[in-house]
Amino acid sequence: MEKADLGHHISQQFNQELEDVRNRVMQMGGIVEQQLNDAIMALTTMDMTLAEVVVTNDYKVNRLEVDIDEECTTILARRQPAASDLRLLMAIIKTITDLERIGDEAERVGRMALKFSEADSKESKALLGIGHMGERVQKILHDALDAFARMDAEAAVKIAKQDKKVDEEYENILRQLMTYMMEDPRSIPRVIGVMWSARALERIGDRARNICEYVIYLVKGKDVRHTTSEQVGNDARDHHKNDE
Amino acid sequence: MTEASETRTHGINMDALERPVGPSDLANEEIALEVSNLDLHYGSSQALYGVNMVIPKNRVTAFIGPSGCGKSTLLRCFNRMNDLVDGCQIKGEIKLHEEDIYHKRVNVANLRRRIGMVFQKPNPFPKSVYENVAYGLRIQGVNDKRKLDEAVEKALRGAALWDEMKDRLNDNALGMSGGQQQRLVIARAIAIEPEVMLLDEPASALDPISTLKIEELIYELKQNYTIIIVTHNMQQAARVSDYTAFMYMGKLIEHADTNTLFTNPSEKQTEDYITGRYG
Repeated sequence: MEKADLGHHISQQFNQELEDVRNRVMQMGGIVEQQLNDAIMALTTMDMTLAEVVVTNDYKVNRLEVDIDEECTTILARRQPAASDLRLLMAIIKTITDLERIGDEAERVGRMALKFSEADSKESKALLGIGHMGERVQKILHDALDAFARMDAEAAVKIAKQDKKVDEEYENILRQLMTYMMEDPRSIPRVIGVMWSARALERIGDRARNICEYVIYLVKGKDVRHTTSEQVGNDARDHHKNDE
Repeated sequence: MTEASETRTHGINMDALERPVGPSDLANEEIALEVSNLDLHYGSSQALYGVNMVIPKNRVTAFIGPSGCGKSTLLRCFNRMNDLVDGCQIKGEIKLHEEDIYHKRVNVANLRRRIGMVFQKPNPFPKSVYENVAYGLRIQGVNDKRKLDEAVEKALRGAALWDEMKDRLNDNALGMSGGQQQRLVIARAIAIEPEVMLLDEPASALDPISTLKIEELIYELKQNYTIIIVTHNMQQAARVSDYTAFMYMGKLIEHADTNTLFTNPSEKQTEDYITGRYG
């Protein structure tokens, strides 16, 4: 089964229920994406009003998570879905958990933005790096949700691999921030704020990758979340070789 | 950085993605029954088309499929119940532990002793509970009271009926409830210690609690018997079986371990059937 299709159940009602719950996930994804965009915009442009909006809007995401969870429970109890229907519901339940956490991270970035009322020049430079990382994370989240909407496993594999670049940028930003802190210890409290924001974005990248993994599970029926123990073994050996 | 460490750091397990789904554990099982190229005609209409499958020993295999797909017909081939149908012709081979059960030297009564069957509607004899269970043994010439007592108790315990019926062994079986009657005929079947039990919709005439008791019983029975169950109730197949075979229009479409078949079937027809879609 390469393509999951929501329709064509003998029960029209069941088609409708699955379509509804999927649409609400897309709706939740849309709100989370907007929250992330606003949070990054608020942080990089020091827009306090926008930051306020992000912080207050997080409840919408939370409410949708609870609603969708409940819908999924109802469908499981009443329909006993199997095969691709079952995988769809499992993927949805997991996806919305990650979406909710992405919402929390966006809110965290928003709160950080509220703390930076006036930026000195060094921190603005640090924020530039964050802006670039933010764009990358926005793109990954957008593409992950797109892959979910189209149930496109091939795209999901490609997007999941992009997360590596986010991790690299995160490492670079950390190094840069450490330099600032060493140069001027008085900047430490603020730089830590920037660091937390970068950390939040890095986590969002990870969670977007999780969503890609659920898409792969949904379409292919294969769990690709963790590598096998022998791979980890190989990996450890490779590291050892590199050290020598 | 090597390819392997990249996979680990970045989560996607490409090996798992590329590994094909199935073949399942079926290949590692000890085989009780083996069906090869089985065709079955009722007069001019063909009911089974080239069925090939193996039934693993001490496991529960469920046959599912829409009405008229041939699952009961296939089940009835295993103890030659179709021999009794006029105009029924069978081609191909069914082996029970390497012996062809359609060989002309095979004693059919003896075969049915080795492969017992339970039907949709419980069909106890109008006799006492005790005599129902002892019936098969008496036919085999066992008349020793102590032996019979032991066998009856063992069979009733095996069918989870002993505690309910031990004080009512002389009551007429027809006075029992439907669920009890069904467990009684299962006790009657296991009293003669068959190797394989064929269950044709054993719970479809029962209430949900009796159904669960039968399902629990099936789980117990597989320790000692190979079980094949035909059911219209897919959830029941999912609950009780180790392997599931999906049949459609007289053909075996997919036969896999139950977990795989109900979460990630490889055939679209199976997917459509178990998710309640039209093809």
